[in-house]
Amino acid sequence: MPDGAQPVLDVRDLNTVFKTRSGEVHAVNHVSFNLKKGELLGLVGESGSGKSVAMMSLIGLVPSPPAEVRHGEVLFGGRDLLKVDPGTLRDIRGARIGFVFQDPMTSLNPVFTVGFQLMEPLRRHMGMNKKDARVRAAELLELVGIPDAAQRLKDFPHQFSGGMRQRVMIAIALACDPEVLIADEPTTALDVTIQAQILELVKELRQKLGMAIVWITHDLGVIAGIADRVMVMYGGQVVEEAPVRDLFKNPQHPYTSALLETIPHVRGERAERLQVIEGQPPILGAKPTACPFRHRCGYAFERCSNENPTRQVIGEGHDVACFWDMAKAEARNV
Amino acid sequence: MFDSAARKLVEVKNLKMHFPIFAGVLRRRVGEVKAVDGVSFDIFEGETLGLVGESGCGKSTCGRAILRLYDLTEGSVKIDGAEIAQTEQAKLRKMRPTMQMVFQDPQASLNPRMRVSAIVGEPLDEHTNMTKAEKLARVHELMDAVGLSRDFANRFPHEFSGGQRQRIGIARALALNPKFIVCDEPIAALDVSIQAQVVNLLEDLQKKFGLTYLFISHDLSMVRHIADRVAVMYLGKVVEVAPRDALYSAPYHPYTKALLSAVPEPDPDFSTESRVILQGDVPSPSNPPKGCNFCTRCPDVSDRCRQTEPEYQEVRPGHFAACHHLNATNYETAAQTAANEEQSVQQGEKK
Repeated sequence: MPDGAQPVLDVRDLNTVFKTRSGEVHAVNHVSFNLKKGELLGLVGESGSGKSVAMMSLIGLVPSPPAEVRHGEVLFGGRDLLKVDPGTLRDIRGARIGFVFQDPMTSLNPVFTVGFQLMEPLRRHMGMNKKDARVRAAELLELVGIPDAAQRLKDFPHQFSGGMRQRVMIAIALACDPEVLIADEPTTALDVTIQAQILELVKELRQKLGMAIVWITHDLGVIAGIADRVMVMYGGQVVEEAPVRDLFKNPQHPYTSALLETIPHVRGERAERLQVIEGQPPILGAKPTACPFRHRCGYAFERCSNENPTRQVIGEGHDVACFWDMAKAEARNV
Repeated sequence: MFDSAARKLVEVKNLKMHFPIFAGVLRRRVGEVKAVDGVSFDIFEGETLGLVGESGCGKSTCGRAILRLYDLTEGSVKIDGAEIAQTEQAKLRKMRPTMQMVFQDPQASLNPRMRVSAIVGEPLDEHTNMTKAEKLARVHELMDAVGLSRDFANRFPHEFSGGQRQRIGIARALALNPKFIVCDEPIAALDVSIQAQVVNLLEDLQKKFGLTYLFISHDLSMVRHIADRVAVMYLGKVVEVAPRDALYSAPYHPYTKALLSAVPEPDPDFSTESRVILQGDVPSPSNPPKGCNFCTRCPDVSDRCRQTEPEYQEVRPGHFAACHHLNATNYETAAQTAANEEQSVQQGEKK
């Protein structure tokens, strides 16, 4: 993908806090990343690692209260999305930044036809009249590979299968030719054969339309196949970011490397026994003052419980938040 | 694990589970969902049979039907020598201790108002005459076995994480020293790092107690890890059964091939060029296509597939598949092909 290009989206030090009765929950801590034109950034993490909240915070989709986005900048098109008024944000959302949600069953409105839901962004953002919008909507459905598109506009979501509904969701997100598409676990609810179809579709659309994509998932297999760069989140913070080959061939954070070892493979050697990461993922709460992975980490030493590591650049486009240098097997000098 | 000397613990023959569809003002029966439509397989003592397939293919229904959680439409199920397909519930209850189940969603399958000790001990209340102290001792023993601290015995399910809850479900299934456990997607609701923990636990328990598992999952890579033999289901039918390594390295059925090639590989250098991408969706089980169930999506489809249903045949010892094109699509010697034809003729005669 184009290197050195101007990023379309630049996120700096994003923090999201939920206020609950039992105190503040720091769900997203110091998340920074940028997204270049035409690039696909994979965002990997377990449930509760803050990956969805981070992405939804960008475009003001976290309910506030209880959530509050503290500090941070989200630079998009020369503006800070965290500072613009809700009206402007609404114009950007859907038109210039598209969002595909995880569950195609619940994110389509069951009482409106698919055609209506596809035409809604076209009329709202592009100012199209009904007739033009309908023509464009049919084109979009065709683009995502739904046969007999013009006819199917009149159908309701329940008349579509899961994979087809996810295609509709993608079509809606693509309706206004967004510069950035955020896809939150778009294939998790789907079967592998349908997932393969959707992945092929996204690859194809990316080449055709040239948008930048953030792909949230917990499936490393999916990421390996489509991402240019990968960001790994754990306990509300980014622990490693690297170009996709580097991340898989040369993971530098103990969590990333342990995660890669735990997954069984369909091809190649079969391990007699699965590697495990002992313990449980952290329960988010107060702002972490230590490394969130220390209890499950095989390399943890004293410093890990006293300080929270920050991200250090260790190679081209590769950074990691860890005090231990796995390659040299010694503490990092930071 | 796969040797002919092993005893068959579970024998399923021509199992059918159809659910009626009622419609109209008079709620007349207008059709049926053929969730499981003529499935046969055996599970040998001490082995793990993986049952894989996409959502809606009937794998969960099949697992539940084998334990008689439904009233079967047709077919025979023998567990540990006893025929249970048409047994009445009262009798069946006495046989329950040998067969248990671990459910998919540990959140939904544990009563939120019961303490862990009560959940794990409930089968003991039901099926044994143990005293209170004996029961508590057994509950503690089970909690040790699944790696839960005894201190947690008085806690409620909501106080546990997903992985721990699944351990509670496993402890409950173990309470009566079963021989056979149906694990219905036991890891689907868990995080990647926790899945490995639970799978390792299941393997340890199998060794320790000599358990036999039917492991139902859509996760082909995890099934490859845990199963000794694997059955692949599509639209209510088993399309292929084979020892694990044979199935993963040399699948016969085009659906198995497509399913395996659709699994994304966690390696950025892995080439996806030879990948088989299936077109379309799974047809509705209430109206399966004529002929072979897979004919609407199969890349190797021919006219014959749309007309007649393929025989379920043994392609190699222990390797069964149901497809018309087994010979055309695989690299077999002429001798083997002839042997197969002979076998299918014999099978035809039996019917």
